[in-house]
Amino acid sequence: MTARLEADLRVADRVDAGFTVEPGEVLAVIGPNGAGKSTLLHALAGLVDVEGHALLGGTDLLGLPVRERRVGLVFQGQLLFPHLTALDNVAFGLRSRGESRPAAEAVARDWLERFGIADLAGRKPRELSGGQAQRVAIARALATDPDVLLLDEPFTGLDVSVQMALRIELGRHLRDFPGIALLVTHDAIDALTLADRVLVLDEGRVAQVGPPAEVAAEPRTSHVARLVGLNLVADGEDLMAFTPDAVVVSLAEPEGSTRLRWHGQIGTLAPHGDAVRLLVHASPDLLADVTPAAATELGLVPGREVWLSAKATAVSRYGARPGGR
Amino acid sequence: MVPAALATLLLLVPLVAMVASTDWQALPGHLTSTAALDALRLSLVTSTIAIAFCLLLGLPLAWLLARVDFRGRGALRALVTVPLVLPPVVAGVALRSAFGRTGVVGAPLLDWTGFAFPFTAYGVVLAHVFVSMPFVVIAIEGALRSADPRYDDAAATLGATRWTTFRRVTVPLALPGVVAGTVLGWARSLGEFGATITFNGNYPGRTQTMPTLIYVTRQADQDAALSLSLVMLLVSIGVLIALRDHWLGTP
Repeated sequence: MTARLEADLRVADRVDAGFTVEPGEVLAVIGPNGAGKSTLLHALAGLVDVEGHALLGGTDLLGLPVRERRVGLVFQGQLLFPHLTALDNVAFGLRSRGESRPAAEAVARDWLERFGIADLAGRKPRELSGGQAQRVAIARALATDPDVLLLDEPFTGLDVSVQMALRIELGRHLRDFPGIALLVTHDAIDALTLADRVLVLDEGRVAQVGPPAEVAAEPRTSHVARLVGLNLVADGEDLMAFTPDAVVVSLAEPEGSTRLRWHGQIGTLAPHGDAVRLLVHASPDLLADVTPAAATELGLVPGREVWLSAKATAVSRYGARPGGR
Repeated sequence: MVPAALATLLLLVPLVAMVASTDWQALPGHLTSTAALDALRLSLVTSTIAIAFCLLLGLPLAWLLARVDFRGRGALRALVTVPLVLPPVVAGVALRSAFGRTGVVGAPLLDWTGFAFPFTAYGVVLAHVFVSMPFVVIAIEGALRSADPRYDDAAATLGATRWTTFRRVTVPLALPGVVAGTVLGWARSLGEFGATITFNGNYPGRTQTMPTLIYVTRQADQDAALSLSLVMLLVSIGVLIALRDHWLGTP
């Protein structure tokens, strides 16, 4: 069954969020720690008390017991059953839904095959690497053919190289997945590469929803701005976003619009590609990229007072509130 | 240091003294007497059946106490621990009041079926179940509590019913605790004396278990009692070895 999901979820003191997801769509949920991302997924899965509704093709998921929801949840930290083999873990859902052992194992083996880990079928979770265990966990959720797939930070705790490989693999499976997928992540790359749309959660509320490119270009929260490496400054009803390399650093007060210049102390300097990236404690904190030569010439060290300015043409200016919201 | 050494000696000396005063020449004779073999057989059979009942009934009770939040949970847990602190002879008297031939349950049972628990092997099992149940329930409840309940959540999202989750996830994960509770309860049952003798008397071949046999033998033949006690000591050491991963070696 493929239908759109219309959700309005309220979890006491944690989440108050409404959103819709189209069938086949991948919605990334990003936001700072404690924003309620995991709670949102657990509410859809039925593991926390929640008010509101989650309509999927005319059925309210919130009215169903957990086991009847056809929602596959990939937990943070996988939570593979430690006493069962990889194969038995993947077959668990089908067995629980009444499939015979041979039928369930055939489907499970097929899923392990698709994730390229069929040779690990007989291993216990403690004998699997982080990446392998995560593949088993995703296969376990997908094997039950869920209407909604929920992924809770699937790459957290994995080596960077493993993350890259798994991200590409997961992207492939998500493209084939006909249902609705929600992906909680704290990594901008996940949102940009895997998601059709991004939902930014801030203190339990929806701060922004849109295509990844739009959210990355015009972030509405400082958290997202930081994730995508943009400077974000509030200016009345407007927000101004600009890249660190559009910032000019000087020791003397520059000329030009006072709205586009800031004064503050250098917090840190760190190499960033070919440039040196400064974090300057202006109000708010701003990032600025300078060439190593300029950094030496200006004598830029932590604690040094500097002026920052940005050209109006390099600044993207947009309303702090999207139309209507 | 001195109190610790004293405590250790206090625990150790009686056991060593018992082994030291055993009459090894007469031991085989003592252990192969009809009374001893009957008592040993009855003890093993009744304890094993009793522990099976304890598991059958105690496992769901332990799960209820560990996983389900309900009114009166604290009271129920207190009730479960009563047999732990109750003098076994009082347990025997209480069982008499309930299941004796004139007891609250025993009298109607006798009327309808002609069956009565006291002075039968069934009565021995009943007494054992009563005194051993707390060991089983408390040990398993502890194991269930320490097992991560998020695995139960994972099973539920995969479509498992509570029963499937209990059978395929909860119990296997708590298995070490279940085994420990079982062995502990079995050992308690094997050593049960007070409730058994009060409820069932001491009939050789029918209700005479090892502990009651040792008690009556000791009045006439100290050496025979020592030999029988040695068997029980060996069983106890066996239990310790079975549970060594659970208790010993963990700081």
